[in-house]
Amino acid sequence: MFAEQKEGRLRRVALELLGKGRELADILGAELTAFLLGYRVEGLGRELISYGADRVLLADDEILEYYRTDTYAGVITGQISRLKPEIFLAGATCVGMDLAPRIARRLDTGLTADCTDLGIDGDARLLLQTRPAFGGNIIATIVTPGHRPQMATVRPRVMKSLPADTGRKGDIVRVPVSPVAGDMRVKILDIVKEARKGSNLEEADIIVTGGRGVGAPEHFKLLEELAAVLGAGLGASRDVVDAGWISSVHQVGQTGKTVRPKLYIACGISGAVQHLAGMRDSEIIVAINSDPGAPIFQVADYGVVGDLHRVVPALTGALINYKSSGP
Amino acid sequence: MRIVVCLKQVPDTREVRIDSRTGNLIREGVPSIINPEDKNAVEEAVRLKEKHGGDITVVSMGPLQAEDVLREALAMGVDRAFLLSDKLFAGSDTSATSFTLGLAIRKLGEFDLILCGREALDGNTAQVGPQLAEYLNLAQITCVRRIEIGDGTVRVERLVEDGYELVETSLPALLTVVKDINQPRIASIDQIMESYREKEVSIWGADQLGCEAGAFGLQGSPTRIRKASVAELKARKTEYLEGPAKEVAGILVEKFNRKHLI
Repeated sequence: MFAEQKEGRLRRVALELLGKGRELADILGAELTAFLLGYRVEGLGRELISYGADRVLLADDEILEYYRTDTYAGVITGQISRLKPEIFLAGATCVGMDLAPRIARRLDTGLTADCTDLGIDGDARLLLQTRPAFGGNIIATIVTPGHRPQMATVRPRVMKSLPADTGRKGDIVRVPVSPVAGDMRVKILDIVKEARKGSNLEEADIIVTGGRGVGAPEHFKLLEELAAVLGAGLGASRDVVDAGWISSVHQVGQTGKTVRPKLYIACGISGAVQHLAGMRDSEIIVAINSDPGAPIFQVADYGVVGDLHRVVPALTGALINYKSSGP
Repeated sequence: MRIVVCLKQVPDTREVRIDSRTGNLIREGVPSIINPEDKNAVEEAVRLKEKHGGDITVVSMGPLQAEDVLREALAMGVDRAFLLSDKLFAGSDTSATSFTLGLAIRKLGEFDLILCGREALDGNTAQVGPQLAEYLNLAQITCVRRIEIGDGTVRVERLVEDGYELVETSLPALLTVVKDINQPRIASIDQIMESYREKEVSIWGADQLGCEAGAFGLQGSPTRIRKASVAELKARKTEYLEGPAKEVAGILVEKFNRKHLI
């Protein structure tokens, strides 16, 4: 698997992939190898082993410090050609979705994107790759019968990582990095962080989302305050984004982001299928809506039939009191 | 500038409903549209042509009815359109699709830039763009939300999870664009009429692409669909909290606390 790291830290999805990879490797009686690319990232090798890797292939070079398609694809396809794994996995992140198809095409093998489940058909040693398709309306299981490695990118926050076992044994092997001239054709001029308030929804543990029921763009402030006290991300339905009330980076749903937080508070959201597609796997869903017939209540763990303009500030107030009363 | 744009006609999956009685997808009445991010790609190509001059060719692989979206692109300002249509192309996964598109683009002659929408509404893989770039041995940059053409180079803003990267590469190159890049224009009635009367959509089949049949379609696809079923909406048992807002708030805080959410 591809152990994605950013700025010297492993991305959470890499640990989730190790958890799933370990399970698949044990079923197949195979070795789990993590490919770690970067610059001055040797220290992450031990961490990968503690989370389940049997071996880490370390490609450490200045030209790998920041992700670029050609440098990363060059190293990885070279190693895959040498090791010939049966399966190769990556996270369905910005990097993963850029890198994996390039590798699959170069190796002339099959790739399934954004898998929400992986299994093994034991007899044929086939990887069963399950993923949503057709805008999330269909769940499909895909196989790659005649080409190797069987490749898949995996949706973040779906698979479970194993608890770290620092006593786990494994090898860290340095591999040479020998780029060809063409690998350097893309230049990164700048990397700009845009810390838009509460917009990194995929990483958020709690999300507060507003829909048409919020009523007016100014009223989003009520949700912002609730999100602030919860340290939560701020989400929005497609309707309010299309109406221009809030930027599309906050959009949750089929044509927005898919999120899977521990807690999802839906305020004034009716619960259209397209919205549910983006959040229905949240661990706990709280719905606040003045319409008792709103479909959102079908997927809510806790339902409040009421006016969000009262309930949301009341909740904010109660949380502030709770936090100030101390442990 | 010579620009190639890849297009796909897709069912508008945002309008698909599930029949609550049968659990089946209701496909009737779901319109076929140009994939939204491909429309963004066409719009961007037209803007680049308006700024730098040149011409735009669109290519699409699909059934004959996909001609509609090619006409739409012509109406927006594209110059030439090619529809790759053949029974042999049926059942293509992204690998076979990118191969077929690549063969066609090679026949079109030289180009400076290929634009693709990042992801299709039906396949949802975002794979064809990168796989096409690999097949044509082009630099790729994905998730592009802003394009600036320089002297034989292109500079873009590439969207990443926590911000963006400013990236540059030399032309020719392939870019996949996201919807943030622009608001596509609506073609006027005159432009639409012209696209049917004055402009041509050329249709190419497997023969014109000159490759053995087994490389296309289902046969040429390394992946296979083993099973597909309608996504189930798992209903949850809802605990309704009643009472004045302040009381409800108190109950929620207690529940959040008990579940270690706060």
